[in-house]
Amino acid sequence: MSIAPDHDTRVRPAATREEDYLWTLNFGPQHPATHTTLRLVLKLEGERVVDAMPEMGYLHSGFEKIGEHLTFNQYVTVTDRMNYISPMANNVAWHHAVETLLGIDLTPRCKVIRTIVAELARISDHLLCNGAVGLDTGAFTFFLYGFYQREVIYDIFETLCGARFTNSYTRVGGVSHDFTPLVIEKIRTFLRTFPKTLNDMERLLTRNRIFVDRTKGVGVLTKEQAINGGATGPVARASGVTRDLRKDEPYLAYSDYDFQICCAAAGDCYARYLVRMQEMRESLKILSQAIENIPAGEVNVGADQRVARPTKEQVYSTIEGTISHFELSMSNRSFEVPYEESYAAIEAPNGELGFYVVGDGDDTAYRARCRPPSVLHFSLFPQLIRGHTLSDVVAVLGSLNIIAAELDR
Amino acid sequence: MTTDPSPTADILDTLVARFPGLETSAYRGQTRVVVGEPASFEVLSFLAAAGFDLLVDVTCVDYLEYRGATRRYGLVYLLASTATARRLTVRVFVDDPEPAVRSVVGVWRSADWLEREVWDMFGIRFVGHPDLRRLMMPEQFTAHPLRKDYPLQGRGERHNFPVLTREDG
Repeated sequence: MSIAPDHDTRVRPAATREEDYLWTLNFGPQHPATHTTLRLVLKLEGERVVDAMPEMGYLHSGFEKIGEHLTFNQYVTVTDRMNYISPMANNVAWHHAVETLLGIDLTPRCKVIRTIVAELARISDHLLCNGAVGLDTGAFTFFLYGFYQREVIYDIFETLCGARFTNSYTRVGGVSHDFTPLVIEKIRTFLRTFPKTLNDMERLLTRNRIFVDRTKGVGVLTKEQAINGGATGPVARASGVTRDLRKDEPYLAYSDYDFQICCAAAGDCYARYLVRMQEMRESLKILSQAIENIPAGEVNVGADQRVARPTKEQVYSTIEGTISHFELSMSNRSFEVPYEESYAAIEAPNGELGFYVVGDGDDTAYRARCRPPSVLHFSLFPQLIRGHTLSDVVAVLGSLNIIAAELDR
Repeated sequence: MTTDPSPTADILDTLVARFPGLETSAYRGQTRVVVGEPASFEVLSFLAAAGFDLLVDVTCVDYLEYRGATRRYGLVYLLASTATARRLTVRVFVDDPEPAVRSVVGVWRSADWLEREVWDMFGIRFVGHPDLRRLMMPEQFTAHPLRKDYPLQGRGERHNFPVLTREDG
């Protein structure tokens, strides 16, 4: 197994002769601290990591190939399984890309509903990511506090669409289930109770001596490295890149809300932790504004657009509804797709999650490329770990939030 | 996406003046530039110097069965600027039997794994890539699975993989 050639500006530390003293450690693909199936080949000098070679592909399932064979509505079930710690965000990203290709303008109610579920997904993603960083550096209680609140979000999603984990919530031109008063009430309760847990979590870890020692100054990513390496999301923002698609290219209803982009300058594991903690507070701000201002009206686009299934009432009482229902049910006469291609991305919890969709006339994509943030973050790993100790591997890996299912697709 | 097509207009003018004969188009507010294969590296490094500091994605589309397509592989470079939030899509078309294009790893480090993925999935060689190995499929794999002539269910490669026994391990 060869170590990947280095096009870093830094000089490689070991000459061939000295490499005799190095030993190689296979970290993964099955290791509790990788959390998912990925592998690191580490070159160690004692306990110090001289070089690392990340390997991926153990979970490759051909999602992009499947995307060329499932219809736009069917493929949403596959996107659930990409970044499975925030499936709602993937659902929103996928149908955002499809709707961009088709030129569908969503109803105001749908935009707000999707914004709400995407922000809930961000909170649950950050809870698990930061929780896992805490877990790997020895703070188990912190992880349990976070996971308890994830359960509350699962309950909200279960009430909303019947599925806790793999939600498959969005549809072309709308969503599968409209918000009910019960869902709104549950989200309100969450907004009331969650800040207390968040405060507790911050008190547990943010100034915890052991945690700060384990993460501060570890895995430093400079701003130039972050941009050049294609980092996005919290990883880039912790290095001082002020890029957030919610502000830069406001999609859904984000331009209506008052919130801030959380950035840090240090670029180490601790900064990434802080950015995620602060982003949860900003998400709460967005949620509390959105949940009190959900526009009335239909959630799905009208029957005249022929993309979303009409309601039962429309099917039985209007001719457009009947025709639309019939046509959408027939496999040979679904909606029309242009012979065109487009890219659309959202600010997923992990970074820029985009889909490059090529249309070829029918309702199955000709090509459904997923731009996964994890791949680029994982490729940064060797730069971040060089010179640190073996125990820092888990801290760096956890703070990058590598999800193998999204990595390998 | 930017709905207003003008933000990228000035850089496009400079680009077309510098490299005459580039085809540009727009769809849903996204500007696209089609670049010939020999000039792709020059155009991309020019764009990198002109402010597109973030290479968002490198991917490819196999136009084997696509209506009206004349070239087989269409590479997609999605560029963005972290300062101005502009986006630009650069398309490079290559053909069989030896699809190849110059690597941009020297310009954007993020191209490293993205190009490896395109090589793995489509078999397009990136000339000058420092480490062009497969990214996802195993090294023994011979096909490029995202090509349109590769079947969804595979060709039974899994049955022929070497099995690592306890004695070998």
